[in-house]
Amino acid sequence: MTQEYRVLLEHADKINPESAADYIQVGGYKGLEKARSMNPKDLTEEVKKSGLRGRGGAGFNAGMKWSFVPQYPETKYVVCNFDEGEPGTYKDRIICQKNAQALLEGMAICGHAIGSNNGYIYCRGEYPFVVEMLKKAIGNAKESGALGEFNIEVRMGAGAYVCGEETALIESIEGHRGEPRFKPPFPGVEGLWRMPTVVNNVETFACLPYIMTNGADWFAGIGAKSYPGTKVLTLTGDIENPTYFEVPTDYLLRDVIYELGGGVKGGKKLKAVQVGGTSGAFIPSQNLDTPIDFDSMGAIGAALGSGAVFVMDESRDIVDIINRIAKFFEHESCGQCTPCREGTFRCKEIMERINTGRGSLKDIENLKVLARIMQKASLCGLGQAAPIPITSTLEHFEYEYLRKLV
Amino acid sequence: MDIKLTIDGKEIEVPQGTMLLEACRKAGADIPTFCYDPDLKLAGSCRMCVVQPKGWRNLVASCVTPAQNGMVIETESSDVVEARKVVLELMLARHKLTCHTCEKDGECNLQDYCYRYGVTESRFAGKVHNLFKDDSNPFIERDYDKCVMCTRCVRACEEITGARAINVMDRGHHAHIATAYDGSLEDSPCVFCGQCIMVCPVGALSSKIAAGQGKPAQNDKVMTTCTYCGTGCTFELNVKNDKIVGVTSNRDAEWSPVNKGALCVKGRFGWDFVNSPERLTTPLIKENGEFRPASWDEALDLAADKIKAVKEQYGPDSISMFSSARITNEENYLAQKLMRAAIGSNNVDHCARL
Ligand SMILES: Cc1cc2nc3c(=O)[nH]c(=O)nc-3n(C[C@H](O)[C@H](O)[C@H](O)COP(=O)(O)O)c2cc1C
Ligand code: SF4
Ligand code: SF4
Ligand code: SF4
Ligand code: SF4
Ligand code: FES
Repeated sequence: MTQEYRVLLEHADKINPESAADYIQVGGYKGLEKARSMNPKDLTEEVKKSGLRGRGGAGFNAGMKWSFVPQYPETKYVVCNFDEGEPGTYKDRIICQKNAQALLEGMAICGHAIGSNNGYIYCRGEYPFVVEMLKKAIGNAKESGALGEFNIEVRMGAGAYVCGEETALIESIEGHRGEPRFKPPFPGVEGLWRMPTVVNNVETFACLPYIMTNGADWFAGIGAKSYPGTKVLTLTGDIENPTYFEVPTDYLLRDVIYELGGGVKGGKKLKAVQVGGTSGAFIPSQNLDTPIDFDSMGAIGAALGSGAVFVMDESRDIVDIINRIAKFFEHESCGQCTPCREGTFRCKEIMERINTGRGSLKDIENLKVLARIMQKASLCGLGQAAPIPITSTLEHFEYEYLRKLV
Repeated sequence: MDIKLTIDGKEIEVPQGTMLLEACRKAGADIPTFCYDPDLKLAGSCRMCVVQPKGWRNLVASCVTPAQNGMVIETESSDVVEARKVVLELMLARHKLTCHTCEKDGECNLQDYCYRYGVTESRFAGKVHNLFKDDSNPFIERDYDKCVMCTRCVRACEEITGARAINVMDRGHHAHIATAYDGSLEDSPCVFCGQCIMVCPVGALSSKIAAGQGKPAQNDKVMTTCTYCGTGCTFELNVKNDKIVGVTSNRDAEWSPVNKGALCVKGRFGWDFVNSPERLTTPLIKENGEFRPASWDEALDLAADKIKAVKEQYGPDSISMFSSARITNEENYLAQKLMRAAIGSNNVDHCARL
């Protein structure tokens, strides 16, 4: 099985994403119709049964998340996380550009499940052209009547990676500094303007129309059992075909690189692959025969994350790459909590020292301690995940560090 | 509804919704904190108060984590201690460690916790900031090279005083406390109440008026009522060698029920007049257009005689009294009593009504 399996991207480039009519012609908005014919509880159960888990990184069961939203408050929100800040990730942009109406339909389905007509899309600041397109797509869908009472507003980020974290995203929509909130309370109970809010990723929402039209069992039968469905991956780095693919979730990482990706660029040998974005673990070649689904990745100490696949060939300098990643996190930490605010800065300092041949064994020891505490004690996922590239390369590529020490 | 949990091997019961910090303290555990302040919104950001719930992957900040039924908590496990040490070392790595000349010496959280966990220096020492703010205002010293970024000052300024003069500026390691556009306090909405000094857990904020006259931790503290206005805020005069050298405030609602430690610029910074050589030290009697010092007996007798004479000649209603907003309620009560009962006039009023 080395083929793509396209669900979300089946009609890519064949329909105009701005046009509700085009989308309806290929079966669109049938899922919303069906969802609205169900009572919200059954709808949520159906989504739960499909096994759909969040595509934004944390992999939480979508229906389960919705079921935590209390019924009684009148105002609730459906928020789409389109911050897509992970370097090397652009799958949400592709989904919007190829199939924006599916995202809108998915949000409206969620709206029916939790009893909300208020949708927001929080779009990455570097995507102004997609915002224009989305606004037209929303206008067109509203005009066609397909969305009914469900409204969607688009808000833009300003380039902060941390605003992809759902509570920082909410703060940002509210007009505050983009700082994550402590949890609980979770957004499902106290989110946007302190009202119950569901935050899901673009891809998560875009799966919903297909689950509704084809049934939960159909979806649950695709790919890996514990993380069913398809996943859109984006390939970057030393790879022959640096592009995007949609594959079932039991697809092997090796096939992503050597079949769809066409292999390492220039026929070189693979050194490592980083899956899930900048905070992902570095996977050595001996672990390539792992399915890309959430739990299989977790079992080898990695994470599927956003589905970015960054390939490094044998000539790459791991320590130099980690140094750059450390700089990224030092720049993107919101500065709220001590382990991450100070820790990302000191990680960067130590990595710079090692990378320029001024590091010592003591530095590596300190790096390990710091990484452990950042993971255990940071307030949000950014600080918790920032040291993963460091710890995973110290595990698999320690010799590259050692040979750079004084 | 009460829930049951185990903290350091001790079973305790707390009401649903209680945060772990409170539960741990109830169980007798001493939890260190920087950003937690019982009078302010929770921040959960310093991560000093972390504890270990059994079976959880990560440590949790006890100040913002609700206690759950059946939880088993360790407050000094090796992971917890390591995390607290690293947090302290990360703070020290950017800290201008000058305890010997610091106003906060002796009552500084950073100092106390480093002592408690035996943190003498930082494994993460490296580049330090230069964040000292040369702020020309007469009252508040802002030395952010000692700041631990707990944001208590920001929250106190907004939530207690309502001035919103300061906030966090910039991101990550560059984040620091600033007024809008990083200007001076004088050009901000700051009203110089000094609530920010009151809540600062370290020596980053201190009083310029009291600087160098005695470390607050070593001064005698005399609880009294501010004499500036009728609000009647409680504060502590800092006394050293029989001289007032500063004002701090007591935040305990039982001791300071009116203001819970909050003061205004006059109460917190306007005390140096007490030692002024220009102050009156005896009553003065004016004779032939000149004042001369007199004893209290002589002055009071003279005043009583004059009042009696006026009353005899023109009746009690010809006399009225304005008392002061700067004396206490009890003194104002006595003032009206004197007018009504002793002099016999209802013409009594108060300067705050004018
Ligand atoms: C630092 C950080 C950055 C994140 N960035 C994104 C992002 O760009 N897009 C996204 O969908 N989720 C992102 N997340 C995950 C979100 O917090 C949240 O889990 C997700 O939006 C939930 O949607 P899902 O359940 O559909 O995946 C990020 C999390 C962290 C900690
Ligand atoms: S972990 Fe980093 S990004 Fe998250 S709250 Fe703490 S400082 Fe901010
Ligand atoms: S703030 Fe505390 S640790 Fe820092 S110099 Fe002052 S007393 Fe010492
Ligand atoms: S002195 Fe008062 S008003 Fe000024 S910054 Fe401090 S708390 Fe705010
Ligand atoms: S100045 Fe003091 S109160 Fe304000 S953030 Fe720094 S340490 Fe905290
Ligand atoms: S005291 Fe709990 S995080 Fe600061």
